[in-house]
Amino acid sequence: MKNTLLRPPMLSTVRASLLAAALAGPALAQDSGDPIKMILNDWTGQLISAQIMGEALKREGFSVEYVQADAMAEFVGLKSGDLHVAMEIWSTTQKDLFDEAVASGQVENMGESGMQAREEWWYPLYMKEACPGLPDWTALLEPACVEAFSTPETAPKGRYLGAPVTWGGFDEERVEALGLDFEVIHAGTDAALFAELESAWQRKAPIILWVYSPHWVPAVYQGEYIEFPPFTEDCYTEERYDCGKPQGPIWKAAWQGVAGKWPTAHKAIGNFSLSSEESNALIQRVDVDKQPLDAVVADWLDQNESRWKAWFQ
Amino acid sequence: MSWYRRPAPWIFLAAAVAALLIAGQFGWATRFPKAWEWPVARTITRASEVVVLHLSGMTRLIAAVIDWPMQQVVALLAQGRAFGLAMMPPLSWAGIAFALTAVGWRTGGLGLALLQAAGCAYLLLFGQWTSAMLTLASVLIAVPFALVTGITLGILAWRMPRFDRWLVTPVLDLMQTVPAFAYLVPTLVLFGFGPVAALIATVIFALPPMARVTALALSRLPESTTDLAVMMGCTRAQALFRVLLPAAMPMLLVGLNQTVMMVLNMVIIASMIGAGGLGFDVLLALRQLNIGRGMEAGAAIVVLAIMLDRQCRTLAASWSRGEPAPGGRARLAGLILVVLAVTTLAGLWLPALRQFPAGLQISTGSVFDALVGWINVNFFDMIEGFRVFLLLNLMNPIRIALTGAPWAGVVALVALAGWMLGGWRLMLLGLIVCLFCLVTGLWDETMMTIYLCLTAAIFATVIGIPLGIAGSKWPRFGRGLSLWVELMQTMPSFVYLIPVVMLFRVGDVSAMIAIVAFAITPVIRYTMAAFSEVPVALTEAGTAIGCNRRQMLRFVELPSALPAILLGINQCLLFSLAMVVITALVGTRDLGQQVYIALTRADVGRGLVAGLCLGLVGILVDRLFRAAAARITPKQPESGH
Repeated sequence: MKNTLLRPPMLSTVRASLLAAALAGPALAQDSGDPIKMILNDWTGQLISAQIMGEALKREGFSVEYVQADAMAEFVGLKSGDLHVAMEIWSTTQKDLFDEAVASGQVENMGESGMQAREEWWYPLYMKEACPGLPDWTALLEPACVEAFSTPETAPKGRYLGAPVTWGGFDEERVEALGLDFEVIHAGTDAALFAELESAWQRKAPIILWVYSPHWVPAVYQGEYIEFPPFTEDCYTEERYDCGKPQGPIWKAAWQGVAGKWPTAHKAIGNFSLSSEESNALIQRVDVDKQPLDAVVADWLDQNESRWKAWFQ
Repeated sequence: MSWYRRPAPWIFLAAAVAALLIAGQFGWATRFPKAWEWPVARTITRASEVVVLHLSGMTRLIAAVIDWPMQQVVALLAQGRAFGLAMMPPLSWAGIAFALTAVGWRTGGLGLALLQAAGCAYLLLFGQWTSAMLTLASVLIAVPFALVTGITLGILAWRMPRFDRWLVTPVLDLMQTVPAFAYLVPTLVLFGFGPVAALIATVIFALPPMARVTALALSRLPESTTDLAVMMGCTRAQALFRVLLPAAMPMLLVGLNQTVMMVLNMVIIASMIGAGGLGFDVLLALRQLNIGRGMEAGAAIVVLAIMLDRQCRTLAASWSRGEPAPGGRARLAGLILVVLAVTTLAGLWLPALRQFPAGLQISTGSVFDALVGWINVNFFDMIEGFRVFLLLNLMNPIRIALTGAPWAGVVALVALAGWMLGGWRLMLLGLIVCLFCLVTGLWDETMMTIYLCLTAAIFATVIGIPLGIAGSKWPRFGRGLSLWVELMQTMPSFVYLIPVVMLFRVGDVSAMIAIVAFAITPVIRYTMAAFSEVPVALTEAGTAIGCNRRQMLRFVELPSALPAILLGINQCLLFSLAMVVITALVGTRDLGQQVYIALTRADVGRGLVAGLCLGLVGILVDRLFRAAAARITPKQPESGH
């Protein structure tokens, strides 16, 4: 990312924000002038949602500061009030930490963001040739398919590349419950996870791995999710794990002090909403079409002015 | 003279086999019973909550105090500042580039000036300037902070040898071996999320060499220097600050150089907790699998490191030659200030001076990605064959041997080795380390760590020593090699981790290659230095008695260079232990992964315990190896650390 966030505002933006400040007078009267610290994580979708919110706040005359933080380490900062707003908390992977933070009373769940997190076993389309029964999960039971997905060190088993251990996901349990002849190998980070996908894709080599969305990966590589038996609550609570992974919302979160300090901003953050499709389209513009991120964000704000203005009402 | 007789090596071997065999007979001696573990991690987590409750007021105050100068430097170099309605831009790139080049020219002549100018040009042309200035800002704050604390600790250690032996040295050892990831969470909790916490973690990491160098430099000063100070009637403080420290200055500057390098090593980790700058760019680019951009940002860190390093070295050299500071310093400083002010003010009207024009920026684009892709498509079968061969024939046997060995046997072995090599103290240390790893329930992970590091160290040694020898024989190759070594040490390992994963898949081989890439550097360095320092008299004597080249290497040069090479291998082991945490990002099942998991769960106790395990293993390996090296080369004086 060309770090234009950190560039001093051009004189025109200063003027624009002055104008905005004049127009948004009532908002500023009750809201604190201190900077709101917005978290930037290191994936594109989050950068887009965080900056759409942040820039909208700026256009309304708020002072916003972006702080880079790790997706897991950020909760410490949110609890202590060092960080104020996190725009993407994934119910699929960050739920435990988030629940604990909310239970502490220091962090507020600001509602769903409109985006739905989906994660599941995924394969590139060309694997259908070797394993025609896909995407139905029963295809993975056939010996020919298992062989197609196997590597020298897992043979005779297939190799499934799972997410970092810390993300959970019960894949070992799933493999056992469904009688799949696969070995689960955990990547350490999602960068490593998708580096392997890129490598296999270049060679059109077999691979089956954990993919999630909204993310740039499903936008760049053509592939499909495996269709496991649908997820039900019982499947996990009874520890059977003979089903697919749950889908879930992506939440927004804020330090509990935000409501008192910046009531208008608090309202706007609560109202923020972006659909999965919109998010994917924006991610694609940044990661596939290589447009600068801040230009994409500014463009969105210009085109959807009535929408984000309504968040503040 | 010791009071015991050291047993002969064959007894050791026999005892080792016996210990492993006997221990394997009992279930409780093979796998450590769960019931014997202590809840160390949970206790630490709970204790830390109490500590945080009582201390956070003070630490937050400290954070606020540090934050102020930090804000100023960041505003000055990178972000500018709003004064009411007016916007004060940061210093213009043109002014800063001029200042760096001018200082380089004044202190190091044309060569250094060209280097600094080229460095600035890289940062500007590749669009890394703003991030680089953010990183530079944190370096400018972290370095003085680490220097002052380091020198103070060093002086204390030098003044009070007992304090040094029982407190300072062990603490410094731990600071160097416990990975930064392990104390990241406590730092966050105490100092708040953001640049200050990142700064504190950086200082903890970068301080030890300075403290060590200070203590060493002071103790190496000739007695006459102290005597002189006493004769002139100095008080203790005067003697220290007016006479001793200035006399030790050249060596202190070497410490400064080390500190700068280590601060830059922390850039990536610091960016995970709010430091921003180049480290964040690297992380972001690699999460998007943009190898080219990751390389560019990583290279910017290297460029910054080389610029700072050469400047420090030049200063150190001119200081140690005792040259007076070049005249006209005030005039130069004045000129720099004027240029900075003029360019920055002009930037208010000329956007090109405020921000380097985007039209002039270049990028390697997709060259690197295409290169990795090309290798991947054309050579993958070969690479895969190599990988599988390595895994099945070398790594798996070592792993199975280590992870399958009964713990009681391993403990007995370590204790025995400690006793044989260094007497009862080393034996005690070995026992303590083993027990710590056992009762905290991290034995398996410890064994996995040792397996990874051991294989990596074997590889690094086998490749590094011949490279080092070749480097000393052919000076031109040697110069290239030195540059490459420097590159590998400052280039964030995360940058090459992604291509490695693409070619070698997620797994132990990728992790090992990443470790080797970093840990091979001391082996090459020390071997090269050792071979170029073989006394001429020795080689001449060798020629005189008619050695051919191979005999010369085998009987003359190698024995003379051995102590330094051993030191290099020792460093290599420590480096590989330090890299273990980074390999957790590939996906391993060792202590590094434990530390990483603890970080992602914000679990203070778990992280510290796993980190301590790593640190203690590092210290034990270091002590055992040194003791062994001292026995192999009994007549050589012990080399400095």
